[in-house]
Amino acid sequence: MIEMEALTKVFGGITAVSEVSLRVEQGDIFGLVGPDGAGKTTLLRMVCGLINPTSGRVTLFGGRQKKDAGNFGYMPQRFSLCGDLTVMENINFFGSLYKLDRKTVRERADEILELTKLSQFKSRFAEDLSGGMKQKLALTCALVIRPGMLILDEPTFGVDPEFRKEFWKILYMLNRDGMTIFVSTPYMDEADLCKKVALLDRGKIVAVGTPDQLKKQIKNKIIEIKADVKDLDFLGELPEVDDASFYGDRYHVSVPVVEPAKISISRLLSEKGIAISFMEEITPSMEDVFVSLTEKEVV
Amino acid sequence: MSRILAILKKEFLQMRRDRLTLGMVFALPLFQLLLFGYAIQTEVKHIPTAVFDQSLSAESRDMMEAFSASGYFDVYYSTGGYAEITNMIDSGRAKVGIIFPPDFSENLKKGDTATVQVLVDASDSMSSSTAIATANAIGLLKSQKIFIQKAQLTNLPYDIRVRPWYNPDGITAYYMVPAILGIIVTMTMVMMTAVAIVRERERGTLEQLMVTPIRSFELMIGKIVPYIGLGYLQITVALLVGALVFHVPIRGSLLELYVLTLFFITASLGLGILISNIAKNQMQAFQMSFFVLLPSIMLSGFLFPREAMPLVIQYIGDIIPLTYYLVIIRGIVLKGIGFPYLVSQVAALLVFSVVLVTLSIIKFKKKIA
Ligand SMILES: Nc1ncnc2c1ncn2[C@@H]1O[C@H](COP(=O)(O)OP(=O)(O)O)[C@@H](O)[C@H]1O
Ligand SMILES: [Mg+2]
Repeated sequence: MIEMEALTKVFGGITAVSEVSLRVEQGDIFGLVGPDGAGKTTLLRMVCGLINPTSGRVTLFGGRQKKDAGNFGYMPQRFSLCGDLTVMENINFFGSLYKLDRKTVRERADEILELTKLSQFKSRFAEDLSGGMKQKLALTCALVIRPGMLILDEPTFGVDPEFRKEFWKILYMLNRDGMTIFVSTPYMDEADLCKKVALLDRGKIVAVGTPDQLKKQIKNKIIEIKADVKDLDFLGELPEVDDASFYGDRYHVSVPVVEPAKISISRLLSEKGIAISFMEEITPSMEDVFVSLTEKEVV
Repeated sequence: MSRILAILKKEFLQMRRDRLTLGMVFALPLFQLLLFGYAIQTEVKHIPTAVFDQSLSAESRDMMEAFSASGYFDVYYSTGGYAEITNMIDSGRAKVGIIFPPDFSENLKKGDTATVQVLVDASDSMSSSTAIATANAIGLLKSQKIFIQKAQLTNLPYDIRVRPWYNPDGITAYYMVPAILGIIVTMTMVMMTAVAIVRERERGTLEQLMVTPIRSFELMIGKIVPYIGLGYLQITVALLVGALVFHVPIRGSLLELYVLTLFFITASLGLGILISNIAKNQMQAFQMSFFVLLPSIMLSGFLFPREAMPLVIQYIGDIIPLTYYLVIIRGIVLKGIGFPYLVSQVAALLVFSVVLVTLSIIKFKKKIA
């Protein structure tokens, strides 16, 4: 449905997106995952035709349909509806830009608002909604045209975890009904929720595949450690350890072979008088994948 | 077309809810008109005047009557002598001091020159020039009368008759009110439009809109039309206030005024949109509008006659839309002239409109491309 060929965008001196080639297929939940400043927004804007690529090409729907036809919904990174209009007025406004008649808009809105649980807020001003509800309203507006594809730019950024879960549930429901979804996110845990993931780092794609495929790509094993000290960076200097990184309230250590590493880690920590409350091998998370792949890139 | 209507509907909804802006739309013309119409008087009357009359004669009394009757001087007889007069002028309680010498009446009777000393506080040039001119005129008139008597003339050799057309009574409001209309429209169209559009961009609404099938000219029209409406609303308010409060006569055709005003509105809107495209945030938009507004007030002939300005300044005035609109509106309202006399001004505004709107459409396209 979307085909990107060597898409590149240069702003002044900075290459925000560099030679990105991706395919988003019908029925995908395609996640574009990368930290802040990776170039996600820039890439999605090029896909939507909001900015022109410096070089490269984007083809939507195999080039058969123009973007004007309203075949995809776009939800920008920032909330960009009219705060001084009510929920329903915003939806009506969007519908009328696509020349939908009142009745159609109302019927569809009822349906979507039901799905997004915004039905009782129809006459509330958009600016009075909570952050999560604003995002759901933006989604509702994008859906009113019944698009076959939805492009969402960091839809859950800065929204509380409860809303994030709910939002993804909605995306899954839409996808089950046949909608293709292309979504960007800075949250690695959300990458696990996608059917297919592209990891983006400093404008470059570092890996593409299903979450399982990506996890298999890293040869190292991951040991999770919980100790009574926060800073365990020095573990990286052990010959048995390739990399150590902070992970929430724990540490993730990437090692080629598990057992010898465990032994030398315990020895080192007990020498330093640090108590270990947990140390086990775990299946790598997307974050581990990202860390190990981007480290390779740098070296 | 239906997309333009959609934008229009949204803009009207938002405008209706934006109480502050709406309040400004009505308050601005009222406030400005009352402020300028009442406070700014190029003709100064009721100048506080202190008199020290040492002659205490019928002649001196008669002279002061003439001063009072002119309406320019509010006379106060001082008993404190010369010192009190200078003190009053120093402290600003009087702007003019008049001193009759003790021998005023005798000199007059003898046929000698009778001197009256008039002290004027010239730190305020407007009132001092009025005071000086009027005092001189009164002196001349009085002398003339005596000459006529002495020479037993029936007619004066010269008789120059000045007839001030269009505003025979020299009422400042007649001159100011139509011009203030121009200032108000400039303010609304340039400042409010620029700030409003920048605000919309800051909110990110434009990014969302650009993915929809709407074209940039449709968006522009949808945004511009409500402001044209606002402009006309303000003009109507201002004209009503002018007519009801200041009794400004409208001698020309109202229809013609409304039609020609459109050219000024579009030129000003063009400026506003151009600013909105250049400015990075609302504050910048505000400052840049101010940068347009100030020369409009100073150099367009609104406050000061352009003929009195140095040539270079006049050239700068030539590239300000208000300069042309002032000629149009004063012409129609005060002189009652019509389009045939105003062709070149209308043409100038048309050029402004076309250039500015084209420029902003080009800039606007780039912004989203
Ligand atoms: N309009 C722009 N002008 C200049 N630089 C930009 C612009 N948009 C983005 N960038 C730069 O491009 C890089 C990628 O930004 P962005 O696409 O917003 O990343 P992300 O959405 O992944 O956080 C950043 O370094 C950012 O500063
Ligand atoms: Mg972003």
